[in-house]
Amino acid sequence: MTGLNVQLPGLTLKNPVMPASGCFGFGQEYSQFYDLNELGAITVKAVTVEPRRGNPTPRVAETDGGMLNAIGLQNPGLNHIMNHELPWLEAYDIPVIVNVAGNTIEDYMAVTKRVSQAKNVSAVELNISCPNVKIGGIQFGSDPNIAAELTRKVVAVSKVPVYVKLSPNVADIVSMAKAVEAAGADGLSMINTLVGMKIDVKTGKPVIANKTGGLSGPAIKPVAIRMIYQVSQAVSIPIIGMGGIQTADDILEFLMAGASAVAVGTANFIDPYACPKLIKSLTQRMEELNICDVTDIIGRSWKTCNSIPS
Amino acid sequence: MIVEDMSIIEQSLRAPGIYEMTLYGESVNMMTTPGQFLHIKVEEGISPLLRRPISICDVNLEKKELSIIYRVEGKGTTLLSRKKPGDVVNVLGPLGKGFPIRDEEKGKTALLIGGGVGIPPLYYLAKKLVEAGIKVETVLGFRTAHDIFLEEEFALLGNLHISTEDGSKGTKGFVTTILEQSSFRYDTFYSCGPLPMLRAVEAATVTPGYVSLEERMGCGVGACLACVCATVHAKEGSKDYRKVCSDGPVFRAGEVVL
Repeated sequence: MTGLNVQLPGLTLKNPVMPASGCFGFGQEYSQFYDLNELGAITVKAVTVEPRRGNPTPRVAETDGGMLNAIGLQNPGLNHIMNHELPWLEAYDIPVIVNVAGNTIEDYMAVTKRVSQAKNVSAVELNISCPNVKIGGIQFGSDPNIAAELTRKVVAVSKVPVYVKLSPNVADIVSMAKAVEAAGADGLSMINTLVGMKIDVKTGKPVIANKTGGLSGPAIKPVAIRMIYQVSQAVSIPIIGMGGIQTADDILEFLMAGASAVAVGTANFIDPYACPKLIKSLTQRMEELNICDVTDIIGRSWKTCNSIPS
Repeated sequence: MIVEDMSIIEQSLRAPGIYEMTLYGESVNMMTTPGQFLHIKVEEGISPLLRRPISICDVNLEKKELSIIYRVEGKGTTLLSRKKPGDVVNVLGPLGKGFPIRDEEKGKTALLIGGGVGIPPLYYLAKKLVEAGIKVETVLGFRTAHDIFLEEEFALLGNLHISTEDGSKGTKGFVTTILEQSSFRYDTFYSCGPLPMLRAVEAATVTPGYVSLEERMGCGVGACLACVCATVHAKEGSKDYRKVCSDGPVFRAGEVVL
């Protein structure tokens, strides 16, 4: 029997696969395709105190092996999520992680305080790394002191474990990770998207209305693997890894780099059945490779070859 | 909606850069509403990475076949145009809410206004309207006479008026030139085409109508919020937005900001 269970702070996962925040709405769309109970967990879209309309369109552009997006944290706001989205998810027996965003530290505290009291929320994920909003995203995630202050204050008001979603758009990801760990974060999510741009050669203008967007998809996977490899050796809190996962081998690579679970983003857009297919093929692939339990291989890459690339 | 590997039955060039493809598959059974679209994965693997939204032009429920007419614009549609009968493409669909056809319209007249690759979904609509006992009057706009497609097919279903920008066929100008010059009597209008055309159509029409929008999409099912548009009443901070992929692509004229 292949062991897929993973135990993380606040999260008892029957398998290590969950959709990534922002790529799965609040679950309703994909529930038309399969039973969400098949998922290890669900990470819902970023929630802010007030509803947000997001950025103008076009909001997406395709790149080689990747996708740029600048949605801009569009969401119906805290009240709507408390009254409609979270109750709807109560029908499912899977851990719910709520991604939390805001313009100010107080915003993050307010959202966390309320969502963490909802009976079916198992953890919150602090979005300090959205590259597509003017305030409230990446600037919280690019200064270790501010990230630590935010983490400390949110942890103090949260009833559930707090994961911090790190940005890859920093010079030193390890010091960011250490700062939020020291501030009391229970876990990390990494990575968010890389800031990118695409120009239409017919017009000379950026394709995305916001000009820049966040790059996701297979193109960013090596960056995610490298950062998880570095961070997982430097901190003792677990990591939910994400960035371009398309196959079971990708999942194994993330786990071996040091992630304890993974989140799937862009792949859901390409195939609505991406997550259940990955869970199934992960079992097959583990059997082929004689991996009995996913927890056996977490960090295998550095446990067997002990060096941190600089 | 389902995901299915559909077989290509036929592929042909209809006009410069405009291809028609016939596909076979079980999901055709679900395609009874005109105006819906498919999300097509042109190639396996990551190049191109995303699906391509393409509207359904015609459906043959008995033969489980559908046709799409698309313009070659980038990598995905170029690769699609090179596919041969017998090849397979992965299709997610049918997606979106299509054009509503109301029973009480029987015996009345519908005005269809299309431009460019906005024309194909109007063809299945025209067939369905005629089936429902609704008269169809169609206005189609092209750049030049060379770019015209579906002319004979539409002409079989009702009066057809064509405009070309250079005047090489039909009325010189745009579809709105025809709308301004003629006095159509119609009860409902249905329109699909580029945004400037839809704006002009909304301005030139008064009766109830429907417009079908095009937008860059991520997921196609309403989860990623890439393809949103604002309702005319939307204010910052409100929830008054719509998703083109799942709330649309068809909206009541005047409902969303074009």
